[in-house]
Amino acid sequence: MSTLSDPPKEGFKISQLIYDTRYRSMTIQVIALILFLLAVGWLATNAARNLAELGKPLGFGFLAERAGYDINQKLIEYNSDSSHIRAAFAGVLNTLLVAFLGCLTATVVGVLIGVLRLSKNWLISKMMTIYIEGFRNVPVLLWILVVFGIMIEVTPPPKAFKGENPEAAMTLFDSVAITNQGVFIPRLSFTEFGWGYIIALLIAIFGIRWITKKAKAKQIETGIYPHTFLYKLAAFMVPLLACYFISNVFTKNQDRDFLVRSSGQITTLADMASADERFDYCLVGGNAGSLKGLSVLEEAGVTVRRKKFVTEKGALSDFSKEKCNVISVRESEADEIMAQSRLDKLGTDGTISRTVADFTTGNNIQVDTPELTKKGIPRFEGGTHIRNSLIALWFALSLYTAAFIAETVRSGIQAISKGQTEAAAALGLRSGRIMSLVVLPQALRVIIPPMISQYLNLTKNSSLAIAVGYMDITGTLGGITLNQTGREMECLIILMAIYLVISLTISGIMNWYNERVKLKER
Amino acid sequence: MKKSAFLGTAVAATLVAGASFAGTLEDVKAKGHVQCGVSTGLVGFAAADANGNWDGFDVSVCRALAAAVLGDPQAVKFTPTTGKTRFTALASGEVDVLARNTTWTFSRDVDLKFTFIGVNYYDGQGFMVPKALGVSSAKDLDGATVCIQTGTTTELNLADFFRTNNISYEPVPIETNAEAQAQYLAGACDVYTTDASGLAATRATFESPAEHTVLPEIISKEPLGPLVRHGDDQWADIVRWTLNALIAAEELGVTSANVKDSAMSAGKNPEVNRLLGTEGNLGEMLGLSADWAKNAIAAGGNYGEIFERNIGEKTAIGISRGLNAQWTNGGLLYTPPFR
Ligand SMILES: N[C@@H](CCC(=O)N[C@@H](CS)C(=O)NCC(=O)O)C(=O)O
Repeated sequence: MSTLSDPPKEGFKISQLIYDTRYRSMTIQVIALILFLLAVGWLATNAARNLAELGKPLGFGFLAERAGYDINQKLIEYNSDSSHIRAAFAGVLNTLLVAFLGCLTATVVGVLIGVLRLSKNWLISKMMTIYIEGFRNVPVLLWILVVFGIMIEVTPPPKAFKGENPEAAMTLFDSVAITNQGVFIPRLSFTEFGWGYIIALLIAIFGIRWITKKAKAKQIETGIYPHTFLYKLAAFMVPLLACYFISNVFTKNQDRDFLVRSSGQITTLADMASADERFDYCLVGGNAGSLKGLSVLEEAGVTVRRKKFVTEKGALSDFSKEKCNVISVRESEADEIMAQSRLDKLGTDGTISRTVADFTTGNNIQVDTPELTKKGIPRFEGGTHIRNSLIALWFALSLYTAAFIAETVRSGIQAISKGQTEAAAALGLRSGRIMSLVVLPQALRVIIPPMISQYLNLTKNSSLAIAVGYMDITGTLGGITLNQTGREMECLIILMAIYLVISLTISGIMNWYNERVKLKER
Repeated sequence: MKKSAFLGTAVAATLVAGASFAGTLEDVKAKGHVQCGVSTGLVGFAAADANGNWDGFDVSVCRALAAAVLGDPQAVKFTPTTGKTRFTALASGEVDVLARNTTWTFSRDVDLKFTFIGVNYYDGQGFMVPKALGVSSAKDLDGATVCIQTGTTTELNLADFFRTNNISYEPVPIETNAEAQAQYLAGACDVYTTDASGLAATRATFESPAEHTVLPEIISKEPLGPLVRHGDDQWADIVRWTLNALIAAEELGVTSANVKDSAMSAGKNPEVNRLLGTEGNLGEMLGLSADWAKNAIAAGGNYGEIFERNIGEKTAIGISRGLNAQWTNGGLLYTPPFR
């Protein structure tokens, strides 16, 4: 009987960390990590010490202070009394807006041009080549400035629209004004039931997808793909129309009132029209009730100046602060708002009165069309104002990035073997369908990864916004806030963090999409 | 354009790597020139001609400084800065002094850590509009599109003015005076607002200045002056007293024409003697040569001469002395005594 004894236990020697291949790579990594952390720590403490020496210790308290400057394009309620952090947030939204619009347009244009570049038509393919080379080889900043310059120098100023025989006129049935102060387009205004349309739209999308699925199943079963167009149209229209009619039941008879802050008692519209006072109407952008109020006032011959707000809450808050003095509210809420406004009123001399004007919200979708002001400085009021800075940035960024996307698309298409096209042609498919059914779906797998970096490029290039005064995050936080507070370190840290988060989010979404369309190997 | 972000990064980087900014005088002497931050181009205040030679009211301060420190008014290099980049340029050490219609405010002095060495132009913010707009008061500007330079006190004053008067406006932020001018002339902004001196200077370059008017309202106090970094008191003293020397010279009747003769030997007025170094040792106290002030005055004349030559009533800009007259003439210029 023999006993099997364990091999003698060897003690762990420190030298093993280097000489033993089992541990070596680990050791190197740990050392590298420690060195890296030390370097970061050294830089951070050094920065903190230098800042403290300068008398500017690192601190983010300034973000809560009053910003004091105005932002022209704001997607959230903001005014010069708001905080720096709110200004930064308004800037982030502007960055996201132009990045979203840019990516969308660049994709559409890029795919189109990429496909057309492979066209057998010599002229078309050469023209696309010229487009690509032209845009790719000129710095994007130049394109931004060119578009901006054209917008300012070529389009007419608003005053050209004025007079008996104006030099310029609105286009598209008098609904769109293209001026060198920006483009003004009509804007749809909704009531508080507006969110219903989002739900209706979701239902519509699901309905259409369900119909497609059913049709596919039928095709597999019978070999014939049924006609689905009418069903899809119905699936799209029915929820939206239903929402429209149901909402209208509520809003057609929804009574509204005006609250007026003035030195005298004002109870009728006639009082207002004859009052010797300036009325500023708190207009909530995109709100049908608020818009209706404005037209009621104008019809009654009351001259009001518009003060635009993003939300009803913002309008009410400035009404309390006496920054505007006429507001239209739902009758059911009027008493409460009046009481609250009286409470908030900070050392005012005016009184708030409720002006009874018999009107209701009316249609739950209304159109706010831009029009030239009749008095004062000629300019366009109403509708949505698309500023030149946004147009310049959006166009230049999309056209520039589209050139790169076109190349990506072309290489993606060319990566699909010719046999695929020929096989599809042999099955009798027409060339358009070969592209959309056979080539593009496969090419997508090659196209998407480089596409991610194009989207990231576009988003980061949007920081060139300051060149044209577009108030993105580099314009607000990294521009005016940084400059007025002198907090370079803090602002740049936040700025970098924000771009990092945006970039990681974009690549995250794109990677997820890539996973989905990628060739599934089984 | 990207420069502000770049300079911001530069400041951040300097802060991270560690650097200190004492001994500007030694630095200046060692490199043989003064690095002066000026505006990107505002005729009469700081503008480069076709040959790249800078001239103007603010430029003259730089030249006088170079003459005082290095004995040569040409020993200046200019860095054009925008409203946004100027402070980072100064804080990062890219320039030794900033002479660029910069308003002396509490937060710039205290919080941004700069030292304003005095005021070389008392100004206020105004509005310029085309006469055809038919506006006669700033209160009528409801809904106007207004061009403003970002990073300035202008944009803050403007926001306050419109908010307190309950009128709305559309701000168009702009980097340089040249861009603002282009947009204003094309009608892309209805109004241009900045310091009244800047408006006068800008209007002077228009093809038909008479078609534009400056509205009566002056909505702020804008004491404009040169500034240096906090923490180098010797350098701040040098810049401060160079400016004071120019102002005192006017008060004492020392001009570019007579400064050479007056500095030959001590004259009757002891203050002139102390200023020009024929008596006492003021120059030595500053760490400069005895004839520092003589050189500064010889560079471009005294304050009055500089004013008249660059922006005065005989120039196209045509600004009258107003608040910028000597205290003896009802203005605000009042320099402490040289003793
Ligand atoms: N004084 C104000 C405004 C200074 C300012 O930007 N001035 C304009 C016009 S007076 C200017 O110098 N522009 C020349 C340029 O664009 O470089 C401040 O210090 O913030």
